[in-house]
Amino acid sequence: MKKNPLFDIFIGNDSVFSFVKAILAVFFALIIVYFILLLTGYSPFPVYGALLKGAFGSRRCFGECLVSTTPLLFSGLGFAIAYRCGLFNIGLEGQITVGGIAAAFIGYIFPEMNPVIHVSACIAAGFLAGALWGFIPGYLKARFGIHEVISVIMLNHIAFKIAAYLVSMQGPMKDRLDDMPASPFIRDSAKIVRLVNGSRVHWGIILAVITAFIIWVLLFRTRLGFRIRAVGKNKYAAETAGINVKRHIILTLSISGALGGLAGAVEILGVHYRLFAAFSPGYGFDAIAVALLGMVHPIGIIASAFLFGILRSGSVFMQAMYGVNKDMVSVITAIIVLFMGMSAPIGIMIKDRFKRKSHGTSV
Amino acid sequence: MAAIIRMENIIKTFPGVLANDKVSLEVEKGEIHCLLGENGAGKSTLMNILYGLTSCDSGEIYIKDQLVEFSGPRDAIASGIGMVHQHFMLIPVFTVMENLILGNEPVKGLKIDKIKSEKILADISGKYGMEMNLHAYVKDISVGMQQRVEILKLLYRGADIMIFDEPTAILTPQEILELYKVMESLRQRGKTIIFITHKLKEVMEISDRVTVLRDGRVINKIKTESTNTRELAKMMVGREVLFSTRRPEKRAGAEVLRVEDLYAKDKRGQKGLKGLCLNVKAGEIVGIAGVDGNGQSELVEVLTGLRRTDSGSIKIEDREMAHRNAGRFLAAGTAHIPDDRLLRGLILDFPLYENMLLGFQDQKPFTKGIFIDFNKVRQWSKGLVEAFDVRVPNVNVQAGSLSGGNQQKAVLAREFARDPKLLIASQPTRGLDVGAIEFVHERIMQARQNGKAVLLVSLDLSEIMNLSDRILVIYEGKIIAEFMADEAADTEIGFMMAGGGKK
Ligand SMILES: Nc1ncnc2c1ncn2[C@@H]1O[C@H](COP(=O)(O)OP(=O)(O)OP(=O)(O)O)[C@@H](O)[C@H]1O
Ligand SMILES: [Mg+2]
Repeated sequence: MKKNPLFDIFIGNDSVFSFVKAILAVFFALIIVYFILLLTGYSPFPVYGALLKGAFGSRRCFGECLVSTTPLLFSGLGFAIAYRCGLFNIGLEGQITVGGIAAAFIGYIFPEMNPVIHVSACIAAGFLAGALWGFIPGYLKARFGIHEVISVIMLNHIAFKIAAYLVSMQGPMKDRLDDMPASPFIRDSAKIVRLVNGSRVHWGIILAVITAFIIWVLLFRTRLGFRIRAVGKNKYAAETAGINVKRHIILTLSISGALGGLAGAVEILGVHYRLFAAFSPGYGFDAIAVALLGMVHPIGIIASAFLFGILRSGSVFMQAMYGVNKDMVSVITAIIVLFMGMSAPIGIMIKDRFKRKSHGTSV
Repeated sequence: MAAIIRMENIIKTFPGVLANDKVSLEVEKGEIHCLLGENGAGKSTLMNILYGLTSCDSGEIYIKDQLVEFSGPRDAIASGIGMVHQHFMLIPVFTVMENLILGNEPVKGLKIDKIKSEKILADISGKYGMEMNLHAYVKDISVGMQQRVEILKLLYRGADIMIFDEPTAILTPQEILELYKVMESLRQRGKTIIFITHKLKEVMEISDRVTVLRDGRVINKIKTESTNTRELAKMMVGREVLFSTRRPEKRAGAEVLRVEDLYAKDKRGQKGLKGLCLNVKAGEIVGIAGVDGNGQSELVEVLTGLRRTDSGSIKIEDREMAHRNAGRFLAAGTAHIPDDRLLRGLILDFPLYENMLLGFQDQKPFTKGIFIDFNKVRQWSKGLVEAFDVRVPNVNVQAGSLSGGNQQKAVLAREFARDPKLLIASQPTRGLDVGAIEFVHERIMQARQNGKAVLLVSLDLSEIMNLSDRILVIYEGKIIAEFMADEAADTEIGFMMAGGGKK
């Protein structure tokens, strides 16, 4: 509750230092994994080469990289806005799932129509479903003081189970004409069109980048953003300033969930065209790393989502070329998160050394 | 006599600020050495350097004639230096004993040797007259006791040079006397104490020598017995300081605040306010005098919408405000100077200009539709900072980097800027230097002249006596006595504060 008196040597907010920290985190992660690869009998450089080749090697590869970047960016923003309000939304995977369900449903249940209207309706449905999945833990927290981490974990599982049920043999959204446990394909008018030929990359990436700018403006230029950040940094001072803390907790978690919902909707409408149970390969969990590495800042998150897009798309290629399990990138992710979490003490160390250097050996 | 600490030509700059400018400090063994200076003079900075928390740009530190170089508090502790910060670093859910031994636990095998720890600690606390319940949880003990835990912790770690940064700012007058006793017994046992305070009376009462800082430079070093408060004040701020505020004639106007039969719970869910009644008129300063913990903080919180009322009525200009939230109180024309500036007054991670926006975030000149015009906010903040002499290089610095007194001034500037009908000021001058106190008292008086209703809550009886038109004594959640300014004697008020009126 009370602020740490060490505050004045905390440099966590200094943007230059956090940028350096982020770069270092990635760097350290790559070094550590370098040794892990070495110890497990691979030659690291070619493996890293394959990783890059998988992401940039061809137009198709680069497209795949952007395809993974899209949901990572949406959900990273979702995690970030909640984090700015002092909330830890690890429920994005569930929010992505319900967003995908809603978008798929609107996508196939209506007949072909004007594509702009159809796509917008699907996206709106995903947005609202995600918002609901954020509203629930927000309300539980504001009303009963239930910690959001607990409730979103449960809501994640509920969402997964709902999705699995909907497309199961007896499920109401199951495609009767297909043996796959999946919903019918969405109409052509509900599909988000591809950006270029010969790659799956679709307009979703543009939408995601625009969303990042919107969230940036929201957080740093608007009244709502100011209130959200105030609640996140010091809810007592926020309350004293006449800000309704509970209301902002609910609202922010709803927005956060809605961004997850967008990630799910866009993933269905732009990539899969139908719903199946685990259509998101953990984007909602990667979102945490994406947001933290991006310094919880929308612009930083664009960069870090792209980096994680590279890792995700490159990993497939890496596995195919050298047989390195593609989960090796999860190791990289984990180390990055670890380093970002330890950033405060590391930051102090760096600053200290730096100071000492620049002033000679005087105390 | 040999100096146990010698700091020589210490220079420390922060971006845009020269916090210490060739400061030299000498402290002798076994003395209580007072460090005095205006808000932002560089006292805390100098002590943070001595304690290894911050590094200085140049200069030398000698401990017992040995040149030392600290790269962190760990090194300072090893050299026998300990520091009690103004904001404690205790773990609330640990017991006193657990907090004390943390990081230095006596062990038996893999386990903490509880019996041994207890014995060691009981010895230390007995030796210095600081008996306390080692098994109480820190969250349950008073601020004064928490401070004791901090002091004991230093002793346990073997410190013989102790730095106290404004230890009395958060204590009640009774607790201050207790602290004096502890400091006295520490001195008798040969410990050296560096003591920072803004209260000149305390300097005179407890210290042996004084070093005065102004604008990061040493102005004077002097033996306490050869000076007096007036002289010290002049050295500090560079001009004469008036110790009482002139109170012009003023007829109180219409009633602004009326509180009737107010009941509310305290932090622990017990009865905090029990049928409290009071009123404040326009152009009147009403002071609440009382021993800490008799419902003052509950009263302030209820009157600003931060605590629920159980029953009773709060009327601001005839509008019923009970059960309204803080936003409504602000909208109704209240301004609130909270007693805990770090908790309620400021967001330390925010730049200063965003802090100045708190409470104004949805108000006209700063909003443009759903947006905030931050350029306007910066401009306006600059004006406020100048008007209140908040010493900062610019308004983009983080509030957390301000010196304690400058943080308080920033809160004051913002709250006065609300141009309220009703000003609720709780400990408004906590942590301010004498010059700044004078300034704030003048502002409060000016608010009264401009027809504002002022409710002043303070543990400092002289502040209350100095400013108030009417003095209400609060005791166990009720107002038990009322004095007009001219008829009040402090002995009588003191008697009532102790519950004397109750049969
Ligand atoms: N971490 C920091 N970053 C930038 N400026 C700082 C920092 N710490 C202190 N300062 C500046 O250094 C100056 C001296 O601050 P310091 O805290 O030492 O004052 P002080 O004498 O303790 O004042 P007070 O009586 O108000 O506590 C102030 O102008 C303050 O704004
Ligand atoms: Mg200070």
